Parts: sequence; structure tokens; C-alpha cells
Amino acid sequence: MNTTHYPAAGVSQQIETHTLSVLVDNEPGVLARVIGLFSGRGYNIDSLTVSETEHEKHLSRITIVTRGTPMVIEQIKNQLDRLVPVHRVIDMTVAGPHIERELAMVKVRGKGEHRMEALRLADAFRARVIDASTESFVFEITGASEKIESFVALMIPLGLVEVSRTGIVAIGRGPEGM
Amino acid sequence: MDKEMTGAEMVIEALADQGVEHVFGYPGGAVLPIYDALFQQQKVQHILVRHEQGAVHAAEGYARSTGKVGCVLVTSGPGATNAVTGLTDALMDSTPLVCLTGQVPTHLIGNDAFQECDTVGITRPCTKHNYLVKTIGDLPRVLHEAFHIAKSGRPGPVVVDIPKDIQFAKGIYSRPREFQHKGYRPKIKGDLDRIKAAIEIMRHAKRPLFYTGGGVVNSGPEASHFLRELVKLTGFPITSTLMGLGAYAASDPQWLGMLGMHGTYEANMSMHDCDVMICIGARFDDRITGRLDAFSPGSKKIHVDIDPSSINKNVKADLPIIGDCAHVLEDMVRLWRSTAAQADKAALEAWWKQIDKWRARRSLAYKNSNEVIKPQYAISRLYELTKDRDAYITTEVGQHQMWAAQFYRFEQPNRWMTSGGLGTMGYGLPAAVGVQLAHPNSLVIDIAGEASVLMTMQEMSTAVQYELPIKIFIINNQYMGMVRQWQELLHGGRYAHSYTEALPDFVKLAEAYHAVGIRCERPGDVDGAIREMLAVNRPVIFDCVVDPNENCFPMIPSGRAHNEMLLGDATLSVEEAITEEGKVMV
Ligand SMILES: Cc1ncc(C[n+]2csc(CCOP(=O)(O)OP(=O)(O)O)c2C)c(N)n1
Ligand SMILES: [Mg+2]
Repeated sequence: MNTTHYPAAGVSQQIETHTLSVLVDNEPGVLARVIGLFSGRGYNIDSLTVSETEHEKHLSRITIVTRGTPMVIEQIKNQLDRLVPVHRVIDMTVAGPHIERELAMVKVRGKGEHRMEALRLADAFRARVIDASTESFVFEITGASEKIESFVALMIPLGLVEVSRTGIVAIGRGPEGM
Repeated sequence: MDKEMTGAEMVIEALADQGVEHVFGYPGGAVLPIYDALFQQQKVQHILVRHEQGAVHAAEGYARSTGKVGCVLVTSGPGATNAVTGLTDALMDSTPLVCLTGQVPTHLIGNDAFQECDTVGITRPCTKHNYLVKTIGDLPRVLHEAFHIAKSGRPGPVVVDIPKDIQFAKGIYSRPREFQHKGYRPKIKGDLDRIKAAIEIMRHAKRPLFYTGGGVVNSGPEASHFLRELVKLTGFPITSTLMGLGAYAASDPQWLGMLGMHGTYEANMSMHDCDVMICIGARFDDRITGRLDAFSPGSKKIHVDIDPSSINKNVKADLPIIGDCAHVLEDMVRLWRSTAAQADKAALEAWWKQIDKWRARRSLAYKNSNEVIKPQYAISRLYELTKDRDAYITTEVGQHQMWAAQFYRFEQPNRWMTSGGLGTMGYGLPAAVGVQLAHPNSLVIDIAGEASVLMTMQEMSTAVQYELPIKIFIINNQYMGMVRQWQELLHGGRYAHSYTEALPDFVKLAEAYHAVGIRCERPGDVDGAIREMLAVNRPVIFDCVVDPNENCFPMIPSGRAHNEMLLGDATLSVEEAITEEGKVMV
């Protein structure tokens, strides 16, 4: 006999990754509400970015990449929408074609052939040099997360020191706003 | 209309403008300016509780029995943390509250000042929304917004944390206009095409069932009114959750009783076998669904709820309708009438025949005794002797709560106040205080357990101070009965710490509080003792000494489906439901 008084966990469904755009009032504590919701209800955050986007209206846009079963993803959207400072929640993954970008700054240290090779690869990836010393570079690279990951992987043997990434931002294609 | 005043005065002004007559509270350093303002006015009456948890439960009782927003005032630090259980309770049961908390002055926030705590951080997950007011200019708007958010949409508790310097600061107060929040706009009207689709599904149903919940009560008396009309028009059977009791009259033949873990056999079997389920203002809680993969496997599910996050959370709805129950029910009644919709009469007749067979098993039957008071008997008698009165019932949490739900029959909404979602022992007594304050001439009874009631017993003092003649009807089985029952069924009868040893003498305890104590130990004395209790116009503690070993049936055992209930009167089926391993252990 089952010795807890809770029903067993449901049969697990397929896990999906979704990118959500959330328009919120830019007021103190709003990010804590969003993050608290994710940790409190046990949802995943793969990436999260936030910044004020409409200064006069005090609106910020949060982009969250999350994972879950279709039912959990639906819950996440509904729960986010329930937060008082949240204006809109758009599931970019289902809303139509959209673009996702990330920016990374990559510090590489090295001399001689390694240094040259790093520069050549940066050129191929359209990464820009934004800081340089005689033995190091900082590259700025923008693109889809996979592109950044491949670039970073290539830098490891060439003297990768550290990486700072923004996380993903997303926007829909075409003329319409969110 | 704009007037200059202090923050503390704004608080009183805003409460009065919101129609608040009573605020439940407890003073302390960080709210002294507000207490000073309270002292100098007549508009709002302050009720001094004995513990902040009691203040919140009292406000919940007040709110649930009136439909108004309950109001609480507590100090910073321990005042706020003591309120957390009540706030969580109100969130789980969607009860509209505004809780004002004092906070250390703004320049000390973050300094670990005396009686500082991160109230907004602590209460973020246990409120619908909360605010820390950092400038006096924001205070009037925030206060009125708090009431708006607490009562609109799916109701819930809202905390407004007010630092002491803001209470002293002067600013301009203006009366609230009908305002629209920038982002928060709950959807009230249901989508008409979906409601039409629902009517279509209902018309063709062969084995339909209404499954209703606390949302119907929260939506106001109109929702109950339209629900009754719709149930009558369709001829469908109806069951409800613990929270929804009273929305539909228990005396009506179409009423199947409560469903869920301790619901009736007929309600749960109907849930399992129905082909169309019309869920209104309920949320498919785990106490209701039992085993999810075996939950009502063959039914099309229509789900009406004001909170989109309740839809498809546990159970997939075939037809979700987002909106306020009263509005959607009104539309349903109108559409059913205007399209001259007819239920499938022949199928419905066969369905009722089946239901009557389930009913005939009398799942609430119990073996009465001449020697010892059976708890079910005590509550049945309490019901019979009070049903013609203007009665309100609150409960604590445990077996007595389930027996109260089974044996006290509710005809009207807002008459039944119980802690459903959180299951908070200690809810009932302070809730009764709040109910009695809102309904001074009504009969207010807390059907209590001897363990639960000790958690907030100090509120007897509040009842006595404000001459609130609440009746605390303790089903005293000397056990944390519900815990003992689970230990008996699931843990081999090892009753670890579920015996309530060293109980106080409840009669003497009542007297110590300057209330009235009554003890009843024999079945033959029950009626007389209850009459005696009802004749007293003062707070009473009634110590009803009952069979310590009685279990609450029927019961859906853990991890089972609705059609695998344990029935109390058939001992054999209890045995059968327990596996061989379980038998060895019992
Ligand atoms: C605050 C709190 N602590 C613990 C529990 C777990 N619990 C549920 S029922 C119960 C026993 C209640 O005993 P009593 O009030 O005597 O009621 P009975 O079941 O005997 O009718 C306990 C401990 C709870 N619901 N609430
Ligand atoms: Mg007990």
C-alpha cells in the first residue's frame, strides 16, 4: 500500500525548451517575483535577461529560456501572467518566427601562433576585438547561442581565460510588436 | 477632496473609504503612529487579538462570511512573521485580505534594525501581491490598489508594508476613483463561443455531473443563485469540494454530497463514471482527484475558472472557460433557456438510477453506540438542533473537520468557514471570532478538535473581551485523530506522538477565560448539553468526549482511484483494500 497521502507523480511527457518574452512594470522587486516563482514552483531557468526597454512607460522586458513538459510550460506562462506587475507573456517558441541573439565577451590570453590563430578565428566568427594587450584579447561576439558556444570551445586550447555572456534576447520577425 | 495628513491618518482614511468597519490587530513599535491615529477616531473599530495568526484567521472568517475584504494590522518583525501562516491560508483558499504591517524606518531597512524583517521577501510567496511603501506620495494609491487586488479576480491576501517614518510623514490624501491597474486586469466575462460549446456538450451528455468549488462561493451570492438555476434546468447531479459547500443546498435531491478523499461514495463514483464533467470554480486538487491517471477516465471536462493558471494544471480540460463563475453561470442559464436545450432525458434517467444504487450503500453510515458518544452522532445532533437557526460553522483541521463537512448540511453559501488548501490547525476559533463580529446576532460554532483548538486557544480571551458568544464545540477524542487514522492504516498502528497527553480540563479552561464550560460524556446527554450551550449568550467551550478510536469514512486510500473507496460500515472491504503487506503490519 502507498504510504504517502499524495498521488504518485504523473507519467512524464516530452520535455520542451521555450523562450518567453515577459513585459513587466519596471518597479523594485519585480525580478525577485519572477525568479521566486521559478524557484518556488520548481521550474527551470536556462537563461534570463532583463532590461528596461520603454523608459517613459517604466516597462522592462524579461527574456526567459525555460524547459518543461507542455503542461508545465503552460503553467509557467499562466503563473507569470498572474503576477500583478506582469503585462504580457509571449511564448516566442510558438508565437511565430523569431530571432534569438546573445552577446558574449571572451578573454583569451596567449602569444605567438596561438594569438594569431585566435584572431583568425575571431574574424571568421565576426567577433570584434574590444580590448587588447600584448598578451591578451577581449572579443565581442554576437549571435545564436550555438555560435557563441562553438567560438568559446575553439578558444579553449588557444588560452581562454573567461567568458561573460548576456543570456538570450529574442524578438519576433516581421512588422508586428509583442 | 485632497487633504494633507500624516501617513498614519491616511491609513485610517483609506480603510474608512474602503468601507472597512473592523480591523484585527496587535500593536508594536513600528505601528504606533497608526495606533495613535486609530485612537483618535470612530470610523474604524480595532479588535485586539492575542496573537497575530489569530488576527489573520479572524479576518478570514470575517471575509468568508461576508464577501468583504478582511483587514489586519500588525507590527514589524515578529508581528509580520506571526501573520505568515494566516496569509498562506488565505492565499490557498483565495480569501480577500489586506494586511498592513509596520516596518522599521526607511533609513534603517537592511540594517538588521530592532524588529526588522524582510516582510515583503517573506510574504512574497504567500500573498497575491505585496508592497513596501517607500515614499508618502505612493501610500494612498497603494492602499486602494491593495483592496482592489485583494477582492478582484481570484481573491487573495495583499500585504502593505509601511515603514514608521512614512507613517509620520505628511502628504496629500485623495479619495479613490474607479481606477484601472496598468497591467492587472482579471477576465470576468467568459468567452461566449466557448460557453455555447459547453451547452452543446451538456445537451448531449449521457452521464453528466457538476463538480463545483470555493470559486462559486467567492464569486458571490449571484453565482450560487445561477448555479441552482442551472442545476434545476438541466436535471444533472451536483457534487462539490470542501470549500464549495453551501453554494448548492444540501437538502436538494440532486445534491450528491461532498466529493474527494472523504467524500460520499455516490459523489466519487459519479466523478469516476461521468461522461461530461462541468467543473466550476474548483481546481482539481489532489484531495479531489486521487490517482491522476485513473481520474474520471472517460469524461469530457469543461472547466470554468477565473484564474487561467488553474486550468490544465493537474488535469487537462477539454473546454476551458476563463471568467467569473457568476457571469459564466448566468450566460449558461440564459443560453440553455434561449436555445431550448434539452438534456438527454432517457440517458439521464438511467444515470440517476445508477446514482441511486450508489446512494443506497449509505456511505456515511456509522455504528452508533449507547455507551460512548460517536463523533458523527455528536455532529448530527448539533446539526439537527441548530439547523433552523441562523448558524455559521467554522472548523479546525482533522477528522472532526471531515465529519462536520459530512454531517452538517449547508443550505446557503458563506456559512461554512474551514481551512481547505493549507489545512491549518487553529483556524476555527479565531475564524469564529471574525464571523461573530460580522454577524453579532447569529449563532457561530467552531466544530473543533482538542488538539487543533489548543493552537489558537488564546483567542478565547478576544471573544470574551468583545462579548462574542462563539461556541467552541470540541470533538474530544484525545488523539490527533486524523494522524492516528493514517498511522493505523499506513504505518502499522504505531501511534507516534498522536496521543494528546496532558490535555487541559476544558471546562476549567473556559472558566479561567471567564467563559462558560460544558462537558458531555454520554450519548444520552448530548441533546440536553447542546441545548444548554445554545441557551447561553456568552462564549462557550463544549467538551464533547467521544470515542477515541473512530475513523473517518468513506475514504479514498492514498494512491487509489475514485472507484476504490474504503467504506466504513463494511469492515470486510477495508480489509480487502489493504494489501497483504499492510495486513501484517496492522
Ligand atoms: C498547524 C498544523 N500542524 C500539523 C498539522 C497536521 N495535522 C493534521 S490533522 C492533525 C490532528 C488534529 O487533531 P485534532 O485537532 O484533535 O482533530 P481530530 O483529527 O482528532 O478530529 C494534525 C496534527 C496540521 N494540519 N496543521
Ligand atoms: Mg482529536
